[in-house]
Amino acid sequence: MKNNNIKAWIYLAPAIIFLAVFMIYPLVDVLVYSFEEGYNFASQSYKGVGLYNYSYVLHDPYFAQALKNTFILVIITVPVSTGLALLLSLWLSSIKALRNLYQTIFFLPYVTNTLAVGLVFMILFKKTPYSDGMINMLIKLFGGNSVDFIDGPYWAKMLVMCIYTIWIVMPFKILILTSSLASVNPDYYKAAKVDGTSPVRIFTRITLPLISPMVFYLIITGFIGAFKAYSDEVALFGTNLNAAGMNTIVGYVYDMLYGNSGGYPSYASSAALILFAIVFTITCINLLLSKKLVFNN
Amino acid sequence: MNNLDNVKIKSKLVRALRGTGLYLVLSFWAAIVLFPFYWMVLTSIKSYGSYNAEYVPKFYATNPTAANYVDAFDKVNLASYFVNTLIFTVATTAIMMMVIIFAAYAFARLKFKGKNILFAFFLSLMMIPNELVIITNFVTITNMGLRNSFLGLILPSITSVFYIYLLKENFEAVPEELYKAAKVDGTSDLKYLFKVMIPISQPTIVTIIILKVVECWNSYVWPRLITDNPKYYLVSNGIQEIRENGFGRENIPAMMAAVVVISVPLIILFLVFRDKIMEGVSKGGTKG
Amino acid sequence: MKVVLKELTKVFASRNKNDDDIVAVDNFDFEIPDGKLVGLLGPSGCGKSTTLNLISGLEKPTQGKIIFGEDDVTELPPELRGVGLVFQNYALYPHLTVEKNIMFPLQNLKGEQKLTKEQMKAKVLEAAKLVQIDSLLDRKPGQMSGGQQQRVAIARALVKTPRVLLLDEPLSNLDARLRLQTREEIKRIQQETGVTTVFVTHDQEEAMSISDLIVVMKDGVVQQIDEPQKVYDNPKNLFVAKFLGTPPINIFEGYIENGKLFIGSDTIFDISCAHKGSVIVGIRPEGFIVDPEGCLQCGIKNQETMGRDSSIIATHQFNLADTFRVIIPAEKRPEADAETVNFYLKENKVFIFDKETEERIPFFVKRA
Repeated sequence: MKNNNIKAWIYLAPAIIFLAVFMIYPLVDVLVYSFEEGYNFASQSYKGVGLYNYSYVLHDPYFAQALKNTFILVIITVPVSTGLALLLSLWLSSIKALRNLYQTIFFLPYVTNTLAVGLVFMILFKKTPYSDGMINMLIKLFGGNSVDFIDGPYWAKMLVMCIYTIWIVMPFKILILTSSLASVNPDYYKAAKVDGTSPVRIFTRITLPLISPMVFYLIITGFIGAFKAYSDEVALFGTNLNAAGMNTIVGYVYDMLYGNSGGYPSYASSAALILFAIVFTITCINLLLSKKLVFNN
Repeated sequence: MNNLDNVKIKSKLVRALRGTGLYLVLSFWAAIVLFPFYWMVLTSIKSYGSYNAEYVPKFYATNPTAANYVDAFDKVNLASYFVNTLIFTVATTAIMMMVIIFAAYAFARLKFKGKNILFAFFLSLMMIPNELVIITNFVTITNMGLRNSFLGLILPSITSVFYIYLLKENFEAVPEELYKAAKVDGTSDLKYLFKVMIPISQPTIVTIIILKVVECWNSYVWPRLITDNPKYYLVSNGIQEIRENGFGRENIPAMMAAVVVISVPLIILFLVFRDKIMEGVSKGGTKG
Repeated sequence: MKVVLKELTKVFASRNKNDDDIVAVDNFDFEIPDGKLVGLLGPSGCGKSTTLNLISGLEKPTQGKIIFGEDDVTELPPELRGVGLVFQNYALYPHLTVEKNIMFPLQNLKGEQKLTKEQMKAKVLEAAKLVQIDSLLDRKPGQMSGGQQQRVAIARALVKTPRVLLLDEPLSNLDARLRLQTREEIKRIQQETGVTTVFVTHDQEEAMSISDLIVVMKDGVVQQIDEPQKVYDNPKNLFVAKFLGTPPINIFEGYIENGKLFIGSDTIFDISCAHKGSVIVGIRPEGFIVDPEGCLQCGIKNQETMGRDSSIIATHQFNLADTFRVIIPAEKRPEADAETVNFYLKENKVFIFDKETEERIPFFVKRA
């Protein structure tokens, strides 16, 4: 037994060491940083302890912009992508021929490098002196005016950002929903059919309640994911997101840490903890709501 | 009877219409998904001159050329980004597999004091967002003098609590009797792990490897923080570098050629391991 | 409501182009009298479930007609047929209470048929009382035993007062004790409501015990339709004889020569029969009488005594299995160490089948 004890700890040692150094210590450290005022990266010294870092971040117009951008992104993309994924999954589940093909295509964005495809989106939406770009060509075709979606007005940039985010998050949602739809016992549908239940009623009264745990799982992970948005924005608008006015909270954290405006781990820590608090609160609200609304076997 | 015929005809018509509508909608979404890929390949085979001459973009290439692909490797260090990513991916995945296999095995089969408490603690770590710890890790790696090195790139991502959890569940599904039988035969724990557990759990191990490879190939944030020397850039950083300082801002066809090159390996991987990847992701992959 | 199936055929196109299409139900012709309980019996894959799906309307026949009373319902969708269907695994909606589950079909009614909330509640209560679960209306299916869930499923099927009640393997998910109880319950409910009922099962004992009529099917083809005891006493062919009865019928190789039925060199009966030559002889386990003078001499492999009855595990050179089972009254059993035993046979427990067609061959025993 004693022998076994030592052996187990040896087996676990690498995992424990790495987790301690790169997860547990940082977790404590980020809290410490966030309260150390006037931290100097080069000399690793600080002037005092207090809430100044939080106050600085909360009064920083760039942070306000990032907060606004992130919230708009979350509020638009989570419901739209979840709803759209639900519809597509329902339709996908109701066909037989070509189903595998559609499933494969729909999943494709999941395995692509978001930075790379983001560039393609940028090109599709961008307006340059030489060309209005693909999307503007379509807009003009339908009689609209061309807009520069990448360097143009705020709403246009926000629109591309939302479209790209939805494009990126759909595969995961479609996959999860189709597999949870497939796990619904087909006898329920037969029983409903014998009773003459209309398709709408079958969906609202049988399908939706039965897959509701998965739908809520997607909503929760969707919220968390959207709050952490960053690299998709870099792909579309470049690394200087503050200049583009399209920064996100996570982007703000990284900018504080590194790059031209970097070197402030204290501000970065405060911003990261604020983000964590927001995500944590929203997840808790989601979970409370889901207790009420989700069917649990 | 007449009424009945009506019902019959109506239901047939409705079904046919609904069927066509379904396929139209699904095809529409498929087009939205595929179009960027098409556009990226299309643009990459248009010559610099003809691309810039198209005020209204064309949906086909009049004079397809491979010149952009040559440029992508010649004028920027695409090959170097590629090799870096390959080294990073293989090393990270290999080291991580060793670490998590031993940890999962200890949790699944070995009996030791404090096992349940430790496992609960591990699970609670799953809730910690990366964004929170990355700040200190950045400082740690910088202080260790490991910026612009493979070690610095690799170190923070060689454990994953989630994969330990996934593998532990799988190891536990291997019947305990096999372990007892092996013990009676005098098999050592280590030999049992490599000769019995790993082969039996192979499907899950393969799934984890694939998911990790995809994650490594696409990682952007950490490499960006930890490298500012193009010698150590991975493809994601490389593509961003190409965009901002690469071919001159307007050589979009060459940029697209680079994008195609870095996208292709994963797409091939996906098409080959389609079922494994989709199963692995639906089992508990999280992204977005 | 009488139910008529006329030349009913269902063909499934095969998945593989080179394979033949699958005929799941072949030319089923049958009239179910009003208010009867009919058991569709057969091994898995015999087409009994497909038949049930055809009656319910979940599947459309390739050919033939289905008539309820005077109405041809062949082309009607399930909801317009007025059928109640109970599934093997009950298919109760897990997120709804028992009351809501039973109410579900009523809420689908439209137009003139639409019911008020009170009417629905009354109907639900009535159905729940019928199956004796009226005290469990607030429970969810997950909190109930298999037997209780089964009753809920029946109540849900009955609440619309269907013209025909269909049960798909209603007992196979229950444990042995509940099975006995529930099958009596089904019989009681069927008799109280008088609804024409069709149920599918692969368990011959279940079918025999509660059906008014049983339909034995094999490979999509109906083998025999009759009252359970008549099918047992008068099987039409070897398949039916083998499928009904536990322990199963014992099969021997035999032949008919000079007006005598032989098994090996033992003369069984003097018979008059149109057939000559090799035949298959089936003898029910209870068809043996122990008698030292008996015509059939068998080896004894083992004996089991269970109270009233005793079984002999016997061997015979021309038995088509390694051993066969004979059931005799316990007091007639041979000595414990006996190695052989002789039997007389009861003539109504012996059947002769054609070796090729496996059809039953009629015969009379000639009295000496």
